Amino acid sequence: MKKAIITVVGKDAVGILAKTCTYLASEKVNILDISQTVVQDYFNMMMIVDYSKAATAFDMLSADLTRLGVEMGMKIRVQKSEIFEKMHRI
Amino acid sequence: MINISEVLETNKMILEENLDVRTITMGVSLLDCAKTTVAETCRCIYEKLTSLAKDLVMTGDEIGREFGVPVINKRISVTPIAIVGASCCRRSADFVRIAKTLDKAAKKLGVNFIGGYSAIVSKGMTKADELLIRSIPDALASTERICSSVNVGSTKTGIDMDAVRLMGEIVKATAEKTADRDSLGCAKLVVLCNAPDDNPFMAGAFHGVSEADAVINVGVSGPGVVNHVLKAIRGADFETLCETIKRTAFKITRVGQLVAQEAAKRLGVPFGIIDLSLAPTPAVGDSVADILREIGLEHPGAPGTTAALALLNDQVKKGGVMASSYVGGLSGAFIPVSEDQGMIDAVNVGALAIEKLEAMTCVCSVGLDMIAIPGDTTASTISGIIADEAAIGMVNQKTTAVRVIPVVGKTVGDTVEFGGLLGHAPVMPVNRFSCEAFVSRRGRIPAPIHSFKN
Repeated sequence: MKKAIITVVGKDAVGILAKTCTYLASEKVNILDISQTVVQDYFNMMMIVDYSKAATAFDMLSADLTRLGVEMGMKIRVQKSEIFEKMHRI
Repeated sequence: MINISEVLETNKMILEENLDVRTITMGVSLLDCAKTTVAETCRCIYEKLTSLAKDLVMTGDEIGREFGVPVINKRISVTPIAIVGASCCRRSADFVRIAKTLDKAAKKLGVNFIGGYSAIVSKGMTKADELLIRSIPDALASTERICSSVNVGSTKTGIDMDAVRLMGEIVKATAEKTADRDSLGCAKLVVLCNAPDDNPFMAGAFHGVSEADAVINVGVSGPGVVNHVLKAIRGADFETLCETIKRTAFKITRVGQLVAQEAAKRLGVPFGIIDLSLAPTPAVGDSVADILREIGLEHPGAPGTTAALALLNDQVKKGGVMASSYVGGLSGAFIPVSEDQGMIDAVNVGALAIEKLEAMTCVCSVGLDMIAIPGDTTASTISGIIADEAAIGMVNQKTTAVRVIPVVGKTVGDTVEFGGLLGHAPVMPVNRFSCEAFVSRRGRIPAPIHSFKN
């Protein structure tokens, strides 16, 4: 399994989750966990995904998600999960 | 499993608090490039660097993209060139040819600096060491990306005062050779005592002879992150303060550790060390001075500064060593003036003088760093400043350094603009009394005694 963390941050709106998930499904990226929170009117969503069967390279996924975010007026980032595991787990 | 608040915390550090990996520095041994002619040596150096490090910049950028953390600089450190060129260089101009070769390789590879145009003369200078040192002004004036360093002393050997005297003259000559660029050459020249072999940070980086053929060293940074967490605990007791800095240093260093291991794996080069320094940049919020203010000083330089800095430096180390088994380099808080907006402000309001900075160097990593001084400062005064710093390092068994810029044509009250990461600096006053007779003495200061510590 190759895990990555996708974060979506921005003003709350209809269809953010649907559009993101549709894209991920089309790229064969499996969603393992989703959590979300609203901080000061800002929508914060985090997905843990498995991209080991992804149809495209990590860099392309990242570029596509960034573009999708721009279309929705959101900031979408995808990062390999090790950075969070290393920082927060001993 | 990782939770959302941890993810948001990490990304806030990166996006808002300037957490970054300051440098991935590949150390490369050039000992096998020591040939009998300058041309052959230059060819061998160019070929070795451009093949070993050909993927360095690309790999650094790739890692940055995948983990979502900026990897700011990709750099190279090499074996001290005084050793590499000893068998073929007969004149200072021969060493300058090697400098130009290194510069050409740096440009080809896309790295922003190559460190190691260096000589280690803690106890004495060989003919080659002296030729290299005398070539530094020309080498720095005729290249863009070369960093030079000279180690003039150590706790084990004492201080080579002949080298200290010579370096005062060399700093002056470098300032004059680069006078058209605000004496920028001096920003790439540092004089050290107890220089580490594995430092990834410029200008003092070189690949020591104790190192393997090639190695990846990584410097992490994040003064903005430390400053931010301290804001949240304003007024807390010292235990809470220390614990908070330690935890943050741990987190920052873990990112460096991850990047270092990835870079080493992808480049097929062994991982060396993590240097867990708090290295400021001129960007707002990326300042060590701001941390000192947050700890409780109106400005760095106020009474209490040395104690606050000692505390900060120690907690950074304590948090960092838990995060990585291989900590090295300089590791601590850097206090350059021109690269830290808070330090510049402190100088401008009259809170911070060179003498206080000198005291601060007793308790933190490195030394008098990126300080612009009047262009008419004499070579002997600069030698005196170098000798003082070297003595602090020698006696306290720590690395110290001097990187001062006697800016030609400028004096106290003027400002110097170096640009980019090197920042800008107000010209600081220097004590005008002479030490000429002291630094004119020949020979060296003996190594200090290691008992009777008082």
